[in-house]
Amino acid sequence: MSFVEYSDFIQDGDVAIVHLGHNSVTPVKVQHGAQTQTRYGVIRHSTDLIGQRYGSKVTCSKGGWVHVLHPTPELWTVSLPHRTQILYTTDIAMVTMMLELKPGSVVCESGTGSGSLSHAILRTIAPTGHLHTVEFHQQRAEKVVEEFKEHRVDQLVTVRNQDVCKDGFGVTGVADAVFLDIPSPWEAVGHAKAAMKKHGGRLCSFSPCIEQVQRTCEALTEQGFEEIRSLEILLRVHNVRPVTLQLPDFGPDSSDSSSQAGPEALKEAPPSATPNHASLKIKTTTPPREMPGHTGYLTFATKPRT
Amino acid sequence: MAHNEDNDYEYRIKEGDHVVLKRGDVYKAVQIQRKKKVIFEKQWIFLDNAVGHLYSTTFEIASGGTLQPKENKETESSTDVQVAGTDNRHINDDGKSQKLTRDDIETMKEQGLTDKEIIKQLIDNSSTFNNKTGYAQDKYIKKKKKKYENTVMVLKPTCRILAMMYHGREPGKICHLRYDTLAQMLTLANIHAGSKVLVFETCAGLVLGSIMERMGGFGSVIQMYPGGGPVRAGVECFGFPAHFHDTLHEFPICHVNALLAGTLDASAKDSAPEEKQLSVAAEEEQKQPEAEKQEGSPEEESMEANTGDDVGQDQEKLEIEKRQEAKAQERKVKLEEKRRKLAAAAALLEGRNADGLVIASHFHPCSVLLGLLKFLSPSRPFVVFSQYKETLIECYTKLKEQGGTVNLMLTDTWLRHYQVLPDRTHPLLLMSGGGGYLLSGTTVATDPSKPAGSPQAEEPAPKRQKVKD
Repeated sequence: MSFVEYSDFIQDGDVAIVHLGHNSVTPVKVQHGAQTQTRYGVIRHSTDLIGQRYGSKVTCSKGGWVHVLHPTPELWTVSLPHRTQILYTTDIAMVTMMLELKPGSVVCESGTGSGSLSHAILRTIAPTGHLHTVEFHQQRAEKVVEEFKEHRVDQLVTVRNQDVCKDGFGVTGVADAVFLDIPSPWEAVGHAKAAMKKHGGRLCSFSPCIEQVQRTCEALTEQGFEEIRSLEILLRVHNVRPVTLQLPDFGPDSSDSSSQAGPEALKEAPPSATPNHASLKIKTTTPPREMPGHTGYLTFATKPRT
Repeated sequence: MAHNEDNDYEYRIKEGDHVVLKRGDVYKAVQIQRKKKVIFEKQWIFLDNAVGHLYSTTFEIASGGTLQPKENKETESSTDVQVAGTDNRHINDDGKSQKLTRDDIETMKEQGLTDKEIIKQLIDNSSTFNNKTGYAQDKYIKKKKKKYENTVMVLKPTCRILAMMYHGREPGKICHLRYDTLAQMLTLANIHAGSKVLVFETCAGLVLGSIMERMGGFGSVIQMYPGGGPVRAGVECFGFPAHFHDTLHEFPICHVNALLAGTLDASAKDSAPEEKQLSVAAEEEQKQPEAEKQEGSPEEESMEANTGDDVGQDQEKLEIEKRQEAKAQERKVKLEEKRRKLAAAAALLEGRNADGLVIASHFHPCSVLLGLLKFLSPSRPFVVFSQYKETLIECYTKLKEQGGTVNLMLTDTWLRHYQVLPDRTHPLLLMSGGGGYLLSGTTVATDPSKPAGSPQAEEPAPKRQKVKD
């Protein structure tokens, strides 16, 4: 198991994702002799997990069952323990494509936060790329180093505990792409430019507030970045439901043909329509009652050759 | 300096490269070929002069259509507004404020004035320009620049650029797949180097190429195709290095059932569609030599009359036969190649251990999805794109009935761009109305003991069973 390569069987030391049903997932560190409590009962790692196929159904002690899934950055994003507000898959997907990430890309990122985006980047740039990620909070930096190791991706990433606005990313002239998710990204634009390859590269800044976006765009323009574009992307979920709608009763049909036909008209009523229970079943989708209406503005730019 | 040149080599435009031309937000994919006229934004261009320059260079289009690298960016010099008004209360939009006529402007263009000079003329001859507010003047200048600029940038193709190009130019060819939806697909399907991905698409190869880009030449991609052959025009636009194509396989949908049943014999004459194609081509070729013979004979007769040379006739016959043999050999080799490829693809599929499935086409996705899911290992993602929500509702329902998948989600994305300028920041006035829908999910081990549609297909209510350990 690793977050950048699939395997088929669960092994001791893996991080697996337990799917509890209805989009409820939780990560599990697989260990001989260990147990995990779920609402359906206990999962015993040695018997229920180790040696089983990823994707298997596991019956818990109380009789309910769950599925054990191979970890992916997407499953990690919805199951990881939050230390900060994280980036979700919708934004992550957009960032990945717009920064033109692919195997071999060298990426600089700050702040690392809870590592949600970091894992997605690592998956995309493996096996030949590298991620330089900067986090100014010491405990968060240490935690994420631990996780990268457990997830078997540590060879692809370097974590630096420093302030990107003051000290930069710790590398210069190597990055194909830079990502900023910090309170004052305009202070890091210069460092971002320095970290990027001479030939050029892509930049993205994520900010919840429009004022931050304005100041960042100004800084980008001043520093000579081009093709500056700001956008937002939201996910709309459609819940598939069969819906039964009643048909109102308008009384017996009294059109011309039926009045002439007389009593026979009544017999022509559609067989399925009984006076009080006529209804139609439709397969449709309903929106959730509420949906995330804002995560942050994404600002992209291109650094030209310098 | 040689070291520098080496560094830059991969960033230089070469003849034969697949590139993307860009002006503003308009993109066009073309191939660099000497002396070939290319039309872009209503202008004819020759790309010869681009060869040797770096990618992302901006060129001016000289009269005649040749390219010249643009001089170092004339500093934007927002020409500090000397005179401006405060609002538009006295500005009448009567269409008479510009003194220059269309002809005047055409003449200026013909005289070879630069876009900057033309714009200066337009400003000088506008009776209302100085009454506009500073912001309105900015907007006016930006608009004129867009209209009269004569530049083109040559870009290296990437998924991002091609996806935006296709969506802007020919959305019909890609089933109206918007670029952010494509981005979601690539991420939700966990496309990464080293995996084995199945693809069924009718998006001109854009989806296929994007997947290949994200795999970096590692792993394998198997394109399932309907009909006679896989459509891959879009893949060429990416300009992948040759070795990427070693990872790309194809397999005809019409053989899927046989493969699943274990009755597909890729070594025998099972490649019917390809054989038919080749044998039809062969028949046509056979007709040709006969036609040649017929054409030859009047000449031959006259030759005979002249020289009485029978040997000449025999030699021609021999040559024609040789050609026919050579062609038959070629056909044989081609057929062998096709069979080999089919067998290779079948071998990759047989294990039913693919790591991902991506579907994006104008075919009804249900049967494609249900059929191809069987080739995936358990705990692997799949994504289906459809322009229409209803088809995905059907897929969702069928999947729920048969089981074997979790985390099913029917989604679409809402995308809005912003104009960010000091005191003028707001969302753009127009936005995309829709980018298509996605159904995504993860496979799980199918439980043979539980019949499909059993109540346990739904999440079981946690029973209050007390288990005493």
